[in-house]
Amino acid sequence: MSEPVQITVQTNETDSAVSGKTETATISDYVTVSPQDSRVEPFKPASPSWFVARINPVSRIIGALLLCIPMFFSLDLVSASSALAIEFVLLWIGGVAPWTVCRKTWPVWIAALGSFISVFLYARVSGEILWSAGWIVISEGSFPLALATAIRVAAIAVPGVILALGLDPTDLADGLVEILHFSPRFVYGGLAGLRMFTLLQDDWRALGLSQRSRGLGDGNAIMRALSQAFGLLVLSIRRATKLATAMEARGFGSDAPRSQARVSSLHAIDWVFYAICLSIPFAALALAIATGNWHFAFQGA
Amino acid sequence: MQVQPAAVEANGWGWRHATRKDFALRAVDFTIQPGERVLLLGASGAGKSTMMAGLAGVLGGDEEGEQEGSLTIDGVDAREARGRVGLVLQDPDSQIILERLGDDAAFGCENLNVPREEIWQRVRESLNLVGLGDLDLNRSTRHLSGGQRQRLALAGVLAMKPGLLLLDEPTANLDPEGVVEVHDAVKKVVESTGQTMVVVEHHIDVWLDMVDRVIVLGRPEPGSPAGAVIADGKPDEVFAAMGDVLASGGAWVPGRTIPDYRPGSAASQAVRVRNVTADTSQTDEHTPVLSCRNLSFGRGSALGTGINLDFYPGEVTALMGPNGAGKSTFALTLAGLLPPVDGQVLIAENLAPRADRREPITWKSRELLGRIGMVFQEPEHQFAANFVRDEVAVGPKSMGKTQEEAYAIADSMLERMNLTRFAQANPYTLSGGEKRRLSVASMLAAAPQVLVMDEPTFGQDFTTWTEMVKLIAAIRDQGSCVIMVTHDEALVNALSARRVMFQEGSRA
Repeated sequence: MSEPVQITVQTNETDSAVSGKTETATISDYVTVSPQDSRVEPFKPASPSWFVARINPVSRIIGALLLCIPMFFSLDLVSASSALAIEFVLLWIGGVAPWTVCRKTWPVWIAALGSFISVFLYARVSGEILWSAGWIVISEGSFPLALATAIRVAAIAVPGVILALGLDPTDLADGLVEILHFSPRFVYGGLAGLRMFTLLQDDWRALGLSQRSRGLGDGNAIMRALSQAFGLLVLSIRRATKLATAMEARGFGSDAPRSQARVSSLHAIDWVFYAICLSIPFAALALAIATGNWHFAFQGA
Repeated sequence: MQVQPAAVEANGWGWRHATRKDFALRAVDFTIQPGERVLLLGASGAGKSTMMAGLAGVLGGDEEGEQEGSLTIDGVDAREARGRVGLVLQDPDSQIILERLGDDAAFGCENLNVPREEIWQRVRESLNLVGLGDLDLNRSTRHLSGGQRQRLALAGVLAMKPGLLLLDEPTANLDPEGVVEVHDAVKKVVESTGQTMVVVEHHIDVWLDMVDRVIVLGRPEPGSPAGAVIADGKPDEVFAAMGDVLASGGAWVPGRTIPDYRPGSAASQAVRVRNVTADTSQTDEHTPVLSCRNLSFGRGSALGTGINLDFYPGEVTALMGPNGAGKSTFALTLAGLLPPVDGQVLIAENLAPRADRREPITWKSRELLGRIGMVFQEPEHQFAANFVRDEVAVGPKSMGKTQEEAYAIADSMLERMNLTRFAQANPYTLSGGEKRRLSVASMLAAAPQVLVMDEPTFGQDFTTWTEMVKLIAAIRDQGSCVIMVTHDEALVNALSARRVMFQEGSRA
């Protein structure tokens, strides 16, 4: 058996004059723990890109929409890959290197791969049939079509993900209320609810541990998760009720006019951003038309 | 900070919740002068929360219930007096609304349509008053301590410049350090603003130095369905006249002695918890039931390393120390719920399922029953059944007892815990103290040799507190080993428990 290393065991005869009735000796042991982190929070940038960080959060959402809508109209390799290329270059100029973009958007690439495989195997026949088995038909047109689809998925989703990174929910809520005139009751209610998720994560963990301690942790994992989920539901309703009372007590939820402590407005940089977001897909589509690759997406093969 | 203190007047006021048959409060009469500081007392269920919600104007409209008489703030119906009243609640977790400190403090002002420049001026003043002025306004509210959160809630309310400040058990969920922080902040606030204040609190002595009047709510006659004011006056007079009533209603009345439940004391003999008296014969007082060998504990990374401790049968051990030091994590590790980062937790050989399986974390969930039990800080984290009786029977059933045996144990457990009348109720509908008793009862039903408890007396009123102390003493005297995480000096003294202090070392 090893010797005690970090704990010092001391015997303290508590002074019976102080506590009055303590006649038996109280032994105190000490457990030394590592000091709590001094709770310095790392500075979190609003976006990996210096440019995106300076625009309004609402503009980021609008920009992502502007970027992707025109891209739905053509299904060809040229427009999709040129849009993706322009995006990578612009993001690089904006302070996000291409490898960083790839690393931060890995789920997009998985989705792109998935769409590539499904289009490749199951797409409508165009040209000569090369190979088929049941539902799977691979024709001459399969490969270019699958590639075009996959790259298009990336071209639409990559900028969307990069624009959303680091987006501050409070700032977005302010923008939604002040710029887009959403109902503050709805927006700030939702925002406060969002904070509850951290608490619910702790609840979930505690529920799991308590099941084990109550002898309920051995059975079917699905049944266990279900009963744990029910417990979480009850707790979340109780937490939500308390939060609603706290918000009401601070005057939230009436129809009376409300002021805003923070300013959320659009500046010149936001309009520049919109222009960029529109020009990327239009440049890409123009290139497709000029090179004769335009392929209207809703027209069939 | 300039605030106009408010006058409060209740005139035959009463409130019935729409879902209840009886009025919660009825014929309530009092007048509070501007600048008065009132302590509102009463047993649980006496209507304190209803009174506070009524004053804060958050009881709701006609769909939520029925109102009688009048309740006014500066002559205006409390329900219309938006912004004249500020309410600070008990739970620090549910009062933080926004992510950044400054935004959270500004939230109330925004809702009152205060102009922007004035909001930030008020926010800074309020944060200074509650002692949070040094913190960056952009700081995340997520990592604040309990005491800091309550002070932030106070600042948020204060920035609304309410004439009446309502505090509903603001320190009940805090550690001793947090209690002092919040007390000092409130004192500074009311002294500088001169606001009218009403505070509800079981721990009377916390607020005694700043209240000049005590109002007690309760049943005017035994058996009457609705509560009303049963005492009103200067603190000394009310405590002299009502001390016993208040103490039995759960208040910590100043000057009352704390019961003595150290091992072998007469009081501790009074309660018997377990049927099985033969249990003690299995264990020897001089061999530890549970030991840590070179233990490192933590979630992921180690919080403490190289710990060697032994826990003995018939002994209560208190794990004490500052918040966030890792006491709860350590307790969960002892209870066989979290794997040690390094080293071992070992149970006595005669208690292990097999001689070579002495580490609780390697056991099946069922094997913990009868050996190690854990009572969580939040009873609601523990509930697993829809009825109180089933809840207690869960453990015995999992241990392989028949339905009849399991319910026999459950029934006798409920009787001892004074919960029999709730047998068919849903656990979530019980009051705080009842829930706590139930969570202990359901753990004890599995007859654990080692009982680990996380803050068993946190936020409890005096009645529940006394019950808990009695219960822990009884469990100990049956020969079980009790390990509890606690900040409660009175509890540790009453049980004369062994202390294990957690202290922060220098960073390795």
